[in-house]
Amino acid sequence: MIHKYTLWEKIGLYSAIAVFLIFVLAPFAEAFMVSLRPIESVFRVPYQFFSDDMTFAAYVDMWSEVPGLARYIFNSFFIAACVTLLAIVCIIPAAYSFSRFDYRGRNSLLTAFLAINMVGAAVLIIPLYKLMFSLGLLNSYWSMILPGAAFTVPTGIFLMRSYFLRIPKELEEAAYVDGAGRLYTLWRVILPVALPGIVVVTITTFITAYAQQFLFALTFNGKDEYHPLTVGLYQFFGRERILWNQVMAASLVGTLPVLIVYVFLQKYIVAGLTAGAVKE
Amino acid sequence: MSAGTEHQPPGPIEETAEDLAAGGRRRRRRIDAFPYLLLIPATILTLVIVAWPLIETFRLSFTDARLGRESYVGVENYVDIFQDDFWEIMRRTFLWMGLGVTLKILMGLIGAVLLNAALPGRALFRVLIMPPWIVPIAIGVFMWSWMYNGQFGMISGLAQRFGLIDGPFEFLAYGTSAFLATVVTDVWVGTPLVALYLLAAMQSIPTELYEAAWTDGAGRWYRFRRITLPLIAPSIFTVALLSAIWTFNSFDIIWILTEGGPRGSTTTMIIDTYKTAISRFRFGEGAARAVMILVCLTAFAGVYLALMARTQRTDR
Repeated sequence: MIHKYTLWEKIGLYSAIAVFLIFVLAPFAEAFMVSLRPIESVFRVPYQFFSDDMTFAAYVDMWSEVPGLARYIFNSFFIAACVTLLAIVCIIPAAYSFSRFDYRGRNSLLTAFLAINMVGAAVLIIPLYKLMFSLGLLNSYWSMILPGAAFTVPTGIFLMRSYFLRIPKELEEAAYVDGAGRLYTLWRVILPVALPGIVVVTITTFITAYAQQFLFALTFNGKDEYHPLTVGLYQFFGRERILWNQVMAASLVGTLPVLIVYVFLQKYIVAGLTAGAVKE
Repeated sequence: MSAGTEHQPPGPIEETAEDLAAGGRRRRRRIDAFPYLLLIPATILTLVIVAWPLIETFRLSFTDARLGRESYVGVENYVDIFQDDFWEIMRRTFLWMGLGVTLKILMGLIGAVLLNAALPGRALFRVLIMPPWIVPIAIGVFMWSWMYNGQFGMISGLAQRFGLIDGPFEFLAYGTSAFLATVVTDVWVGTPLVALYLLAAMQSIPTELYEAAWTDGAGRWYRFRRITLPLIAPSIFTVALLSAIWTFNSFDIIWILTEGGPRGSTTTMIIDTYKTAISRFRFGEGAARAVMILVCLTAFAGVYLALMARTQRTDR
């Protein structure tokens, strides 16, 4: 058959996959190994991948030696959740509007939203800094939530729109015939049908919001108690002696929840990501 | 829901529905506020956080703004930029982007081919390839910065063990190796998504094409070259363009690994702007540098949007 591979092809493909995965996963493996070492053997020559003094001590000690670690992890989740909530409130009505109605300026507006995707947050950092300064939002959660949400909205609109486009128009027409108002129709007829799409958009927005929190926190927030995990740990980089084992342990612990979510929902996330991106 | 169904041409039923809806709309012809009202939340957020800052960047670039005071200085900032080593930074930025995007597309293409191979374990491979995209970028970069450590890191350690280098090699301490190290980390972060997009494009190719070619005796490589590559070429182009824009805008990776050093050898336009504006609080000069970035981005965006407009027209 067409999909039948010869033995040599199989060996070739699997070795290529192995090399690929080593590149992708090596930093995680190394981070995990470092997190298992006492700090003296982290700084040891010659290099060893395995050693016999492995311990989970760093996972215990870090909570006391990295003050505020629990708070950083909470902040990361809190900021990502707020970003997602704010973004979704913007995304759903806008995507519905773009997918269902025909009006003057629709295409130019959609294009304008897409164009935002071109501008990285770092380019606008100066006026954003001034904006946060004059609104009195420096050193607050808002200084990370507001820009975080604004930069995830365009992609979300795009993705959500592709889900709305797939819902047959007859559904709304039937509701209108029955005398339902348009807001009521959106709320009670369309949203329930679009729920799978909404879930995908919510999850991808959350993962993006969780993954990209560094720049705004680094620039707009100087208060330690509001820092997300990324900047919280980054502060340790300036120190004389970095407790690498604990930094790695904390990194892994802070990442684990999103990794687990991803493993369970990866089918939907992958479908959602690729649906919006390649076609359009 | 597999991505494959997305790419089938619209059936006749959908077209009829579209026509009907359009006809219905044509009948009641009055300006309808509802669709505009739906756009309000997204528009307000975007105007405040993106549109206004864009305009403000241009305005500030003609001032000598610091925090709390500013006065108009004309094009002085732009004159100053070109007296610095701006061309060098620009050349470096494009080299960094070009190298990164090329490698991401190549690796992504290889990854997509491997993910597409009908082998047992494919589902697991698909899960295992994504972590670089899932973890916060900064945390992935923390891991890399340890990997690059000369004394105790994995890369230098293994290279010594296999006799590739004599002593410890501090990757982030020398210009060229630091530059390449930041590229490698950027490729690591960006490859999974590229692979995923290209995989989706490959899976949208009708299998009949392959079967027909196979019946005619075409080998695997021939089928890849004559069917897969031509058909995913538009996707490759789109992904390359998007990836170029993202890479151009990239900040976290370089900042965490090197902060633009050593001696400026990893300073891209973004890093340069950030240093000028935020580290030294020279908003005016920084804004002029940001405008130069926006000029470059506009060129990319123009190509991208032209491409979009074309695909949207074929959607109808």
